[in-house]
Amino acid sequence: MDAPRIEFFWWAECPSWERALALLRDRLAAAGLDPESVVITEITTDEQAADLGFPGSPTIRVNGADVQEPLEDATGLSCRIYRTRDGRVSPLPDVADIDQALAP
Amino acid sequence: MSLAVGDRAPDFELRDTGGDSHALPAPREAPATVLVWTCNHCPYALAWHERIQAVARDFSEHGVVFLQVNSNDAGRYPVDSPDAMRARVQAGEFASPYLHDETQAVARAYGALKTPDVFVFDADLRLAYRGAPDADYEDEALGAAWLRGALDAVLAGRSPDPAETDPVGCGVKWRE
Repeated sequence: MDAPRIEFFWWAECPSWERALALLRDRLAAAGLDPESVVITEITTDEQAADLGFPGSPTIRVNGADVQEPLEDATGLSCRIYRTRDGRVSPLPDVADIDQALAP
Repeated sequence: MSLAVGDRAPDFELRDTGGDSHALPAPREAPATVLVWTCNHCPYALAWHERIQAVARDFSEHGVVFLQVNSNDAGRYPVDSPDAMRARVQAGEFASPYLHDETQAVARAYGALKTPDVFVFDADLRLAYRGAPDADYEDEALGAAWLRGALDAVLAGRSPDPAETDPVGCGVKWRE
């Protein structure tokens, strides 16, 4: 079976991107996947955000599917709001959502 | 340029979501004054929000003046509009007045950079602490410890330690 395509999109003004990338790589390793396989894209303009359907930073997609459905439809340069499974607001996706997206 | 520890708070007058006007207290009128830049759309501001409200509630009985300010450009970020601010206040989400800095002049005068960005002033309106509420937006157990510690210190007549930390969050959304 082919390895999944893992994409990571970030905007420099949201400081959680480094933590999110480290978390993603940690979960890739835990799933037996290559942590260095992540395709990383920095988003720098609203036009680029619209073209890529970027709902905010950070965004993680596995085979094109977001690890958590965006809370809003809007795209643009912003910091993304995630809801963790225990109901908290966070700048980071829930670990369980990442694991679920990476599960075969 | 941001305020430095020891600088006096710049005067201002801003309206809250109910239309009431707010300004700094007179020197020695309040034992401490807190201004927190926050907003509606930023996950960092939202992640820290309840911790900050708990501090506002806990220190109100000590006479601390606590004000929360939204300076974001609502044209670019409609979720930060006055109507959206009012809706959150009416939903009971704020433990102190939520002020709209439409011209962004107050944010510029204080050098507010992020949401959240915390400024704690002593009774003489001198800056005693500036920075993040605590060390980790993800760890609710920290309970806005830097903000609480700064207020405890100011109320006890001491200098906070730390007196400065790096604010962490979304950048203030300036008008283009």
